[in-house]
This record gives sequence, structure tokens and C-alpha cells, in this order.
Amino acid sequence: MLKSKTFLKKTRAGGVMKIVREHYLRDDIGCGAAGCAECCGAHDGPALEPQPQDRASSLCPRPHYLLPDTNVLLHQIDVLEDPAIRNVIVLQTVLQEVRNRSAPVYKRIRDVTNNHEKHFYTFTNEHHRETYIEQEQGENANDRNDRAIRVAVKWYNEHLKKMSAENQLQVIFITNDRKNKEKAVEEGIPAFTCEEYIKSLTANPELIDRLACLSEEGNEIENRKIIFSEHLPLSKLQQGIKSGTYLQGTFRASRENYLEATVWVHGDDEENKEIILQGLKNLNRAIHEDIVAVELFPKSLWVAPSSVVLHDEGQNEDDVEKEEEKESILKTAVNEKMLKPTGRVVGIIKRNWRPYCGMLSKSDIKESRRHLFTPADRRIPRIRIETRQASTLEGRRIIVAIDGWPRNSRYPNGHFVKNLGDAGDKETETEVLLLEHDVPHQPFSQAVLSFLPKMPWSITENDMKNREDLRHLCICSVDPPGCTDIDDALHCRELENGNLEVGVHIADVSHFIRPGNALDQESARRGTTVYLCEKRIDMVPELLSSNLCSLRCNVDRLAFSCIWEMNHNAEILKTRFTKSAINSKASLTYAEAQMRIDSATMNDDITTSLRGLNKLAKILKKQRIEKGALTLSSPEVRFHMDSETHDPIDLQTKELRETNSMVEEFMLLANISVAKKIHEEFSEHALLRKHPAPPPSNYEILVKAAKSKNLEIRTDTAKSLADSLDQAESPTFLYLNTLLRILATRCMMQAVYFCSGMDNDFHHYGLASPIYTHFTSPIRRYADVIVHRLLAVAIGADSTYPELTDKHKLADLCKNLNFRHKMAQYAQRASVAFHTQLFFKSKGIVSEEAYILFVRKNAIVVLIPKYGLEGTVFFEEKDKPDPRLIYDDEIPSLKIEDTVFHIFDKVKVKIMLDSSNLQHQKIRMSLVEPQIPGVSTDVSNINEPQRKKKKLEK
Amino acid sequence: MAGLELLSDQGYRVDGRRAGELRKIQARMGVFTQADGSAYIEQGNTKALAVVYGPHEIRGSRARALPDRALVNCQYSSATFSTGERKKRPHGDRKSCEMGLQLRQTFDAAILTQLHPRSQIDIYVQVLQADGGTYAACVNAATLAVMDAGIPMRDFVCACSAGFVDGTALADLSHVEEAAGGPQLALALLPASGQIALLEMDARLHEDHLEQVLETAAQAARDVHTLLDRVVRQHVHEASILLGD
Repeated sequence: MLKSKTFLKKTRAGGVMKIVREHYLRDDIGCGAAGCAECCGAHDGPALEPQPQDRASSLCPRPHYLLPDTNVLLHQIDVLEDPAIRNVIVLQTVLQEVRNRSAPVYKRIRDVTNNHEKHFYTFTNEHHRETYIEQEQGENANDRNDRAIRVAVKWYNEHLKKMSAENQLQVIFITNDRKNKEKAVEEGIPAFTCEEYIKSLTANPELIDRLACLSEEGNEIENRKIIFSEHLPLSKLQQGIKSGTYLQGTFRASRENYLEATVWVHGDDEENKEIILQGLKNLNRAIHEDIVAVELFPKSLWVAPSSVVLHDEGQNEDDVEKEEEKESILKTAVNEKMLKPTGRVVGIIKRNWRPYCGMLSKSDIKESRRHLFTPADRRIPRIRIETRQASTLEGRRIIVAIDGWPRNSRYPNGHFVKNLGDAGDKETETEVLLLEHDVPHQPFSQAVLSFLPKMPWSITENDMKNREDLRHLCICSVDPPGCTDIDDALHCRELENGNLEVGVHIADVSHFIRPGNALDQESARRGTTVYLCEKRIDMVPELLSSNLCSLRCNVDRLAFSCIWEMNHNAEILKTRFTKSAINSKASLTYAEAQMRIDSATMNDDITTSLRGLNKLAKILKKQRIEKGALTLSSPEVRFHMDSETHDPIDLQTKELRETNSMVEEFMLLANISVAKKIHEEFSEHALLRKHPAPPPSNYEILVKAAKSKNLEIRTDTAKSLADSLDQAESPTFLYLNTLLRILATRCMMQAVYFCSGMDNDFHHYGLASPIYTHFTSPIRRYADVIVHRLLAVAIGADSTYPELTDKHKLADLCKNLNFRHKMAQYAQRASVAFHTQLFFKSKGIVSEEAYILFVRKNAIVVLIPKYGLEGTVFFEEKDKPDPRLIYDDEIPSLKIEDTVFHIFDKVKVKIMLDSSNLQHQKIRMSLVEPQIPGVSTDVSNINEPQRKKKKLEK
Repeated sequence: MAGLELLSDQGYRVDGRRAGELRKIQARMGVFTQADGSAYIEQGNTKALAVVYGPHEIRGSRARALPDRALVNCQYSSATFSTGERKKRPHGDRKSCEMGLQLRQTFDAAILTQLHPRSQIDIYVQVLQADGGTYAACVNAATLAVMDAGIPMRDFVCACSAGFVDGTALADLSHVEEAAGGPQLALALLPASGQIALLEMDARLHEDHLEQVLETAAQAARDVHTLLDRVVRQHVHEASILLGD
């Protein structure tokens, strides 16, 4: 069965090394066609259909399979993913090349291959006796692979002929490489280019739009001016990076200025950590998130980050001169201190393109097939696509993928992938923001649902093993109104020895989600439940989140309990963890709980329990704040939804009651206790959460801002920061303290999950705790599920499993969880922003009081406390003479004509929805008070077209 | 660059084998005439030579003699040219000493040492080319050599390595697979009784997976036994022809 073949390879690893590897050739690899008599049963999994008939191609009317080469797979994956394309043979040679060149495409191909309806088959040609070929003398690896592919096609055609002569099954070779195609035709292999073939599919004309347009098609614009300098080849880049001439880093485009970007240099080098790039030519076709190589300019050419806000508005594509003009705006005289390392992109090490959501800006020329696409994400440049259905796509949200960016083009080229629906439509917009933030939101698959417990469900004898029965305790839950996924409940009672017993009971999600099954994998992938304004994207199926795991009142539920014995000074005497069964006596809202505590007439068990908890919580909070925990603030708003249309009708800022902080206090305490326990038990692979202290430079803006109000903020320790924030109050300006806290929040670092074996700094800065984890919300956070499992193993209530004690797997998981959490936050914010727009759409134009949060060079960023809304007020507008602007960076202030704006100044702004530009509907704010001639607007003067007239004071 | 894919979705390993398949084994007994017993084995690209002297009187210090059984003395060395990068010294380093010790344990368990009290059996093994599974190749070569020397044993000792990748156990690891750094298990089995002469594992492996890996290694060792048995019979057959039977 085995034939052995040995071949030699040379690699360089410091020197020349001879590597000898065996390569076995087999004769038991099946061709994949179902019903092939010669190799029946030699393969399992998805197979090719014996009679592929669904595609009517004018080029090849006979039934056929497709066999694409590497480049087709890499570039035309969008077409191949279309359900219309079926019965494709993917060669191992091709797959390996794809794997080496693009991980995302490789993943997509694997997903397609696993989809049984697509009938994709992977043929292991490199190990097949008859299709393996050796590299010939003078032949390079690429040519050898091309030949290997041709040999495999040839073998297939002969093999299928043997299978059934009357069937006339054929394998068609798809390649875009001209030479390869010619050679194939010479050898008698039916070969077409991808375009030819797709165009011949008369039944599916819509596929043509999804074709990636590649260089050859762009011939006509070749005579145009070359805008960008060439990217250096990878080998040169690597040399340059090694020798230190170039720096490698992640390219981050600026959201506010399309001509500016920063590159975060990889590595520990403290200086030159962040490099500024300015101007289209220096950005040199890099796109957000790409890994690039940069060359540093000499110090004389360094610039400071500009504070200008610039959006790419140019409708016409190639006015490069204008760009240069704009670029000169960026360069203004600044003092030496502000200069940052500046450079230019010399080459791209790795593209990190993904499909982008956005809208089509239809070309001005009616018949044109080339249109510009504006992504929803401002950091992504606009993309030129070719489509015949521009008129149907107009005003819709679509997905587009980038194919390439030639040197002579102002914009990258791309192709249309998918139509999501009408812009402005709530469903579509929600879909867009979920896609843009990479939130997995498809309904749960059948495989996942199959692991749910069968209904009706009840606690069985078996469940009670290793479990304490706490159903007699007077437990209650306190949550926001309308909460269906209740994951925590509390109790407090006096013990006979006079001490208090306090228990935190958390839904036992890990009882239902067993390690490794599809349900577990899906939850791990989702990482967190995402709360949007009117929608919740669950991490676990609803049966669990709102029913079996939710600790509702008066039903028996499984829980994981953390029980302390405390004295009346809230000192912990004993800590105990146990799996339990509980029966909550009441599900309260924060308001209800508060009412019970406050009302003198109520004296039942629940109320006394709540009062005890409240008393202890107050002591705990005091202790925590003394240790230096921060109380920060961010403007949070809630929408009141219309119950019929689900449109927001009003918004209010979230109220905070004593009971909120009561629940929070005990959750923190439980988290800290659990963190200690699991770290004690698993020093190498406990999943913990840390919050690094921010570098002092982060506080600069806060300190400067406070100084301008004659206040001092000390930032040396968390404690002094908390204290100075407490003292920073002004009798005449009550909102100042909140504003300072909002600013302080912006200075903070992100808290992250990590694996204890991979790090040695565990400190949680914000909570001032030496160790912390997440234990209390397993229904909506996957990290808590893992912590539950660790704790269960630690107390011997559950068995361990391999992945749990693998710190590398855990570290990978943490990475995913951190990413998902960040994305969930962004999605939440985007959802709020969208609903704010809807709100103001219905509300019309309002004028409100606002405070200045930041001062920029040509704009101010303001916060409207009433709506918790943040927005930018621009002072430069098209069609209007520019006002005189003087920007002072030292005390952030902006002088417009004769009025000076400082940070925290109170202004009055007009808010309206600007839907003049359908691409990006946005909230537009303009200044009302203080009045500046020619700058501030009149409240009564509202209509968009009238903006062209010069506005005067009342 | 993506790392090497040790096991493809179609279930093939880097060199084209399936998960449980062995590399090609070729072996010869009686390669040297001076020695009491000798054998040569190739397992894929791993090549090992074993030579056995004894049983004979204790050499060196008499104090080492055991009153009730024979002393098994094993020495392992690997040729300077056996690995990709040339080695500095062929034996005496820590790895060689450890390997020698493991071989000694293995053969202490297999040879009927109580038949030769106060005597010594020397087993010298040299690896000529190392491409993964050196311990297994050494044991298999030494088994053949001991048999060639006519020393009574309980059974063949057949050894094989096994690894664990993506939830699947792989038998008989090659150098590429070993270098990937996953857990790796070496098993020496007495196939007839199913007794384990030596079991060694480095790296961490969760206990839930151990059984699967162990079973793969044991099955591979039984496969090795079939092959070695054929080699021994062939050798005996040839020898008997030469004797003119």
C-alpha cells in the first residue's frame, strides 16, 4: 500500500542544512466523485455529486467539476462561496499554497469544504501515486506547482472517463494565469479563466459583480499619472527591518483625518513607539490594521499630530492637486516639543483586509459602471467598484471587498459582495453595526441547540450530587427592570453566634454547558452577550439565558454559591464555595429593593435580609474607597422605546440608587474571593482580570484641564487621584466634578482577561484590588463560565478536562474574549449613536446646553449632559468664509474671532440630524451661544439649503 | 507564514501517512560476525545498529556482579552525522546517558537475567541517522540483536512512539512531528503478554487523552512485532539453509 520516496531539501538556518524527509505515495486516495466504482468508499465526508447539472454554462454544456488554481481561490473566494457554485475540487497543492499566503481565505475555504451542500472535495494529490510529480531541474516551485495542478486535472479527466463513458463527466481547470492556461490547452485540458467561466453562466448573471477585478482590466487607466511610490518587496523589507532602517508596525488610520495615520511599532523600544504619517503619499496605500514597514524621516521633517478634523469629501476621484493643498493645512508651525517621529510607508508586510460595510456613492456619470463605495468605518478609504446594478444598490447598505490598490489610482479597487438592505432601516443598520464589529449574531445552529437540556426540565437526584440544598434560604435577586437573564441572587441572615452569613448565588451555567461540545464552542466564540438598544445578542441560547439559568423567583434553580461568614464590621471570617440548589423568593428591581429598605412598615425576611446586605455593602464600599478604588463616570443614557414601532421616544440618563451599589459591592467581593481561590489552586492557569495603571502621560489632558479651572489633580497613585477627584469641586459649577470624572475615565487603560501563568502583574487599578476575576455573570460572559469550571475543580465538585489546564489555550481564549468585549462595547456605542439619530430625526431641531470636553484646532468636542451625547462642532464649513481661528495647545483653547473657548466652558448648541448626506447620517451640532458673527447659527434658521446664505445674528 | 500542518483535514500527515500508520521498517539480523549478536534496523529515515556481547564474565570491578542474575549493560551513542546539525560528541552527553539507562531498564525487564547469575550482557546501540523515534528504533534493533545472540528473553520487546495533535493520536512520530513540540510518548511493549517494559512521556498531556495515545502506541508496537517476527523467521530460515538442513 505504501511507496516510499525520499527527497532532499535545503533550508537556511544560519547555514546550509540538509533536510531529508520521507514522502509516502498512496494508492488509496479516492477521487471524491460519489459512485465512482474504482475508488468507492475510499473517502468519507462531503463528496462531489455524481451528476452535477445545475450550472448551465454556455462554454461547457457537459456536466463538469471545477478545479481552480491557487490565485483563483485566493482572489475569487467571494464567487466560490456563492451557493450557485458547487462541485469544486480543491487540490492539496492549492490548499497548501493558500494556507501559506492568506489565513482568512484558508479559513473560508475550509468552511466551504465543510458545507455539505457545496460539494467541495479536497483531493490529496501530493500523496497520490499517479499525481505526485518531482520538481525538475531549473523549474521553480511555482512552476512545479502549476504543473502538479495540470497533472492532477489530466488524471481526473482520464479517471472519470473510466468511471462512465456515457456520462461524459469533465473536470474544468480554472486559472487566470495566461501561460498556465495555454500550457493546459496544449495538453488537452479544458481550461478557462475565471471571468470567462463566470460570464458563461447565463443563469446567474449576478455573479459577475462579485468577481474581483484584477490588474489586467485596469489597462485603460494605465496612462494616468502615478500617484504612489512603489512598495518594496518583502525580502528587502525584512532586510531593512533587521538592519534597523525600517520599522515594522500596525497601521492605524485616524478616524478624524483621512490624511493622517499612526503606526504602532512592534517591540519594546520605548522611543519611536508611535510614528506619525501624514499625507496620501506617505500613507502609501496602507489600509487600517495592515502590518507595514515604515521609514523614519530625519528630525527636521518631523511634524506634530495635527488637530484638524478632515473627512474625505471629494466626489471626483483624481484631484490630486487638491489633496496637496489640503496636506499643507496639516503642516503648521508648532513648537519643538510637540514634534513626534514621522515617517512614510515603504512597504506592506501583511494586508489585513476584510469585507467592509458601507454605501455606494453613485458616479455622477449616469452610464458609468465604476462607482465609489464609502465604508461605514471612517478609517477605511473609499473603494472603487464596478457594478451594473448601481441604481438598485443606491441607498442600500452593501458589503464590498478590496482586491488591490494600483499605484496610479487614488482609491483601492474592490468588488461587490452582498446587499444588506435599505440604509436607515433599523434592521439593516443593526446588521451593519454587528458586521462591522464582528459580532457573531446568526441564530444558533442545530448542532448547538442539540446540547440543550430537554424540556420539561427539573432537578434530578443526579444533579444534587456534590450540591448543597439551599432552597430553604431566603434568597432574592435585584436587577434592572425588564431583566430576563438574572445571573445573581443574594441572601443575608444572622447566625446563632451573632455573626452574619452572606451568600452570593450565581447561575450555574457550567452545569449546562459542558466543555468541548458545540454549545460550548459557540459560546466561547461569541464570548459575551451584546446588549444593543432594542436587541440582545445572546451568548447562550435563550432557553438557558432566560429560563433554565436565570435565577427567577419561586422556581428551583441550580447555582454556584459563595458564602461568607462576616462580623458586623464586614470583616470576612470564613469563605466557602459550593454548588447549590436555590429557590429565589423574590426578583426585585433596584427601585423595589430600595423601597423595601426605606419603608419602615415592612419587616419580612426579605426586607431584613436586604437591610443587612445594605449595611454591610456600605462598609465594604468605604473600605474599598479608602484603599484607593476609583469612582469614575461616563454619561449613560437609556432610551424609552415606543412599544409599537420600537422607535426611541425619549431618553433619560441612568439613575443610580443605593441598591445598585449594594449589589455591585457583593459582586466585587465574590469576584475577588473567587480570584484568590482559583489562583491559589491553579497558579499557572487561572483566568483573571487585570486593569493596568495608565502611564502618567495619559493624564496630561486631565491635569491641564483641571489647572485651567484652578484645580489640582494628583495622579501619582490611584488613591491620590480618587481623593483629588473628590475634592475637585466648584461651588458655582456643579457639573464640573462629573466632567472631570468623565475625562478621567478616558485616561484609563482597558481592563483585560489574562491567564495567570502568562503574566505576573495581576493588579486591578480601578478597583484597587491585588487580584480580580469575573465570576458573577456566566450567562452573559464566557470568562465567568471558565472561572466557574476552575472553581468547581478546585472544590472538587466537577472534573477537570484537558483544555482547562492548558495555559496556551487559555491565553488564546483570553485574547478572543478581550477582542469580543471590546467589539461588544463598540457595537453598543454605535447602537446608541444610531438610536440618538433616530431620536433627533423625530424630534427635529433642538438647542441644548453643552460643555466643552476637548478643544481641537478647528473644532470643539462638546458633551450634552441631558442626552449624554457627545458631538463635534466645526467652525469651518464649505461655502462660508473661514473664521479667524487661533489654537493654543498649552492651555487647550481656541480663539475664534474674538471669543475664546476653553475646556469645560458652557456653550449652547443646536442639534439636528444631517441627512443631506445619506452615506453618513450624522448628528450635526452648531454653535448658538456664545454668539459669534458669521460662526454661530440662528435657532430659527434651519433648512439645509439655506445654509449657503451667510448667517447673521438675530 | 503559517506553521506546518501536522494533520490535514483529510487525515493525512506531513509525509502522507494516516494517523495510525507506521513508517516503512526494514531490518536485518547478524550484520557483524565478531559480535555475539547484531542487528540493523531502518524505521523510515531513522537508522540504528545494535550489537550484543555476552553473557560473559563481569568486566572491570567484580563488585558490580549480581549474585542472582545477569548485569545488563547498555550503551547508547549516536553518530556525529546522524542529525541535521553535526553533533560534537557521539556519546557521554546527558541525553545518551539517559537513553542508555532507559534501554537498560527495558531489557532488564525482557531478558531472563536470572539464568545467568554473576555474568554480564553488553548491549551497544548506535544511531546512524536520527529522524524521530530514536528510542523505539534502538529498542527494536537491540531486541533483534539479543535474539541473534541467542540470549533467552520473555518475549520480543517492541517499541514505538506516539504523539498527540488536534485530538488525534499519531503513531511513530517523524522528526518533523517531534520538533513541533507536542506531547510525545515512548512505549516498549512485550506484545504476547501485553506487559509494558517501559513507558515514558515528556510534555504535558491531559489524563483524558492518555488512554487514546497509549492505545495507539500499543497498537503500533504490535504492528512492529508482526514485522520483527517476520524478520526473525526469515533470518532463521536463511541460517538453516546455510547449515544445510
